Amino acid sequence: MHARNSDLPEQPPDGNVIMMGYFDGVYAIWVREIIVFMREKERVISAVVTPLMWIFAVGGGLGASVQIDGMSYQTFMFPGIASMAILFGSIFYGMYIIWDRKLDFLKEVLVAPVPRTAVFLGKMLGGVSDALMQVTVLLLIGLAFGFVTSLPALLLAIFFSAIIAMCMVSLGLIIGANMKSPEGFNLVMSFVMWPMFMLSGALFPVENLPAYINIIVTINPLTYGVDLMRLALLGTSQFGMLYDIGILCFATLVFAYIGSKSFERMQI
Amino acid sequence: MNEKLAISIEKLAKHFGALHAVDGISLTVHEGEIFALLGPNGAGKTTTISMLTGLLAPTSGSANVAGFDVGREPLRVRQQIGVVFQQPSVDDLLSGRENLEMHALLYNVPAKGRKERIDEMISLVGLTERQHARIKEYSGGMRKRLEIARGILHRPKVLFLDEPTTGLDPQTRQHIWEYIRKMSKLEGTTVVFTTHYLEEAEQFAERVAIIDHGKIIATGKPHELVEELGGDTIILRAKKAKEVAAKIKKMAFAKSVKVDGEMISAIIANSHKNLPKLLRVLSGIESIEIRPATLNEVFIKYTGKGIREDSAEGGFWERMMNPNNR
Repeated sequence: MHARNSDLPEQPPDGNVIMMGYFDGVYAIWVREIIVFMREKERVISAVVTPLMWIFAVGGGLGASVQIDGMSYQTFMFPGIASMAILFGSIFYGMYIIWDRKLDFLKEVLVAPVPRTAVFLGKMLGGVSDALMQVTVLLLIGLAFGFVTSLPALLLAIFFSAIIAMCMVSLGLIIGANMKSPEGFNLVMSFVMWPMFMLSGALFPVENLPAYINIIVTINPLTYGVDLMRLALLGTSQFGMLYDIGILCFATLVFAYIGSKSFERMQI
Repeated sequence: MNEKLAISIEKLAKHFGALHAVDGISLTVHEGEIFALLGPNGAGKTTTISMLTGLLAPTSGSANVAGFDVGREPLRVRQQIGVVFQQPSVDDLLSGRENLEMHALLYNVPAKGRKERIDEMISLVGLTERQHARIKEYSGGMRKRLEIARGILHRPKVLFLDEPTTGLDPQTRQHIWEYIRKMSKLEGTTVVFTTHYLEEAEQFAERVAIIDHGKIIATGKPHELVEELGGDTIILRAKKAKEVAAKIKKMAFAKSVKVDGEMISAIIANSHKNLPKLLRVLSGIESIEIRPATLNEVFIKYTGKGIREDSAEGGFWERMMNPNNR
């Protein structure tokens, strides 16, 4: 006989026996996400088209009169737009949890005898895989247009993309797990995605900025992602590789922790 | 009958604020038994199932399912059970087979023999030919069959079915029950289901519990509960129904007299002798019908109303899924 205030059954006492199935669970969810991604062509197409619009419409138009550090504006913004693709892809991916709820598929996963951290991990791996596929397509297009200049640069950019994606997908999953209905979608666009993109140095160098912008740029983890991508593709970095990776990994840990907690709280 | 218990519930309760969704129920289910929880919408059936499947912590009381306490070891309980929800929960974007493969991974079905087990389950529910089609292309009945196959794929000791046949046509309902029965016999699985189709409980359950307003008001084998009524149902139509009903109530052999507009229903003991007596006393009867009593009359006897009368649609799931009601 025991009473509790929470509606949630606690997990730990039987945790250790379940560990055997932990990685099977992670794997199952990961594979599901990849299959779904490959089948939902609309997601892939929109994920690549939006960045291309930025590069060719905004970059092309602005580039006619703007140059940065002696390079064309398009060349300068390409790493930033690749980072944007990761950001948008990851946050959208996180918000797809709402669709999972609508499809009722989420119930099957939440009822399964798999710890919620495994569910989170599987979802995160799935999101990172999706984001990497998207950004790779974009980088290959960049290679064709000369924004990506060498194969090593391409491979390094893909590697850095994985680090950025882990961070952004974790953030997306926090949002998705706490959103109850698709109505919050526009709020997330306005208050998370656009500010993170605009104030990350994706569109302009982050030196000598007004103080109020500088604060946001400094605490925005995507800033360090953009910096990494620029290091891979242009060979220049504002903060240095280790600093960038350190900040991103720290943010990933924090987001993954909050995300796992959010998953544990998720009700059927 | 096997006397080992698959489920034992003691004073289990769940309160949502002032609402006592489940109000201290005690119950046992034997291993291998097919057991029905019967009650109108909102009676507490789904909330009970949620607690028994470890998805919802009880406010008080305890329940042991397949040897584990649902409050303390929900994950272990979940490994021992299969659940088929009221609402579909298969993944639309995957094929039928892929859904089962994923389930096998989530429920730790050993890699050796996994493929064969999936084949076996698919053929049990007659979906072999459609196994590679996406769920999107499945009909409602096919989805339900797949969910049942999935529910038993990992050889659960107890299978919970929450309103398994709601919204399905009669033919599909019949098929689904045949599968469930076959599977229960084949694997010795205990089956607990909720329904508000009384005839379904009467036909397929070995034992039923009638639940209303969060309390269990009767348990037993369906035919025993019906026999306890001690009579047949008569349904009369009369213009002055209230007056006629008052006269019937005075008769010692009449029970559960109920008026609904011009319709009067009652249970009459030894109807072959007593009905003529009754008719001699009554006047103004327009029509009369007599038939054997069913669980519906049992339900009316205990609750004073028919099972589908106050159907405020939507149980626990609906409430939890609706963001406005949290």
